[in-house]
Amino acid sequence: MLRDLDFRLGRGGFYFLTGPSGAGKTSLLKLLYLAQRPTRGRIQLFGEELSDAPRDSLPSFRRRIGVVFQDFRLIRHLSAFDNVALPLRIAGKGEAEVEGPVREMLAWVGLADRASARPATLSGGEQQRVAIARAVISHPEILVADEPTGNVDAEMAQRLLHLFTALNRLGTTVVVATHDLGLIAATPEAQMVRLENGSMVDPTGALRHPPERRS
Amino acid sequence: MLDWLFASPAERRLLPGGRFRGPTPFVIAIMTFAMMTVAAAGLALSNAAGLVAEGIENRYAVQVPPGESMLPRALDAARSARGVLKVQAVPEAEMRKTLERWLGPAGADARLPVPALVTLDVAGDADLAAIAARIEAAAPGARFIAHREKLEPVLRAIRVLQWLALALVALMAAAASAAVVLAARGALDTHRSTIEVMHGIGATDLQVTHLFQRKIALDSLAGSIVGAIAAGLVLVLLAGGGAAFAGDLMGTTPLGGSDLVVLALLPLALVVLATWVARTAVLAALRTAT
Repeated sequence: MLRDLDFRLGRGGFYFLTGPSGAGKTSLLKLLYLAQRPTRGRIQLFGEELSDAPRDSLPSFRRRIGVVFQDFRLIRHLSAFDNVALPLRIAGKGEAEVEGPVREMLAWVGLADRASARPATLSGGEQQRVAIARAVISHPEILVADEPTGNVDAEMAQRLLHLFTALNRLGTTVVVATHDLGLIAATPEAQMVRLENGSMVDPTGALRHPPERRS
Repeated sequence: MLDWLFASPAERRLLPGGRFRGPTPFVIAIMTFAMMTVAAAGLALSNAAGLVAEGIENRYAVQVPPGESMLPRALDAARSARGVLKVQAVPEAEMRKTLERWLGPAGADARLPVPALVTLDVAGDADLAAIAARIEAAAPGARFIAHREKLEPVLRAIRVLQWLALALVALMAAAASAAVVLAARGALDTHRSTIEVMHGIGATDLQVTHLFQRKIALDSLAGSIVGAIAAGLVLVLLAGGGAAFAGDLMGTTPLGGSDLVVLALLPLALVVLATWVARTAVLAALRTAT
């Protein structure tokens, strides 16, 4: 259960969300990517109050958020290509606008030759890369990732981190929940947010008053 | 308006399992068959009732008591009455033949007094009281009987059967709708993880609904085609047997052109109903789910 949370994420920031298991990281991410609504309190995203926004208005906000789920949530009967293409198709892009970017993204995560493979035939790491490709394919304004490097080797973890960093440089706000201290150490420009027992540890108060745009 | 019906291959891949699986095509096929046969029976009854009612609307019988000169006098009086279009004496042999069916050979016994019967067709605006009085004056004791009154209970029973057929059709449509709701909810449960992912990356309820709506529309269409073909075959077989006999009795075919159009539209109506029900059920389920 989350409680007494009061913080702002600066547009274009890079944040690592850390804390022990059960601290509430995944719950906080669900609030961020609008999978859950708070029972109390307010959430503002993109300058809009969304805590009690009408249900029909949420999809347009969700399309501006890329999510890497902890359990990947790939659609098991779709190929890797179709899974990655899904956000573009849902956004109404035609097949001509889908083919190129999806192939490019699959190549970027090292799965160009696995485009037609179903998730069940992919390793855990490969599934995770497909999930990441799906999350970033539509260049979201916010990228939320729950343990995105938990199933990949160190080299691939670095590669994915570079992808996140590159997206962040293009203006995407990145929030990554992780236990991977190596990942955090490799991203000195990122800010760390620590949760304990559902509350935020913010001794400096920097999260209450972040800079509007990271330099 | 029907964009949802023409999904791209990628959209079709979102709901696997192939077409015409699950209960929907079978339920719709059975319901279409039952609805069409019951509706055909109802329409045939309606036509029969209409023909009978039309035939007896202005037809009357005059029962003339036995007596040498009573019948000719009654016939003359009827023919000369204003508003009488046609007068016909029922031959005594025909009367005795009718009695024989009820009484056996005794009905044909010449000693059995048989009243003479005259049938009259009158104009719609004829003064029946004046006609009856004129005939009674010429043949005292003559009884004026409206066919309509005698056959009214039969007509009423036919009308009740018509309404019953209509109620059965409505009941079957309701049962088909309930089956579609169950099928839609079952499909939603089966594909819950897909729906969650789609919602999570920005799909609207309507986008998700269109997938299920399309699948149920196509399943219903296939089922209704099969059901309609089966019902059509049964109706053709009936038309070649008992219905032909009924046609001989009625002097026309039991089902007219407009009836056939109604029957042909029934399967289509059921598809439209199933599609609308599926859409409503899925949208309602999605709105309460998350």
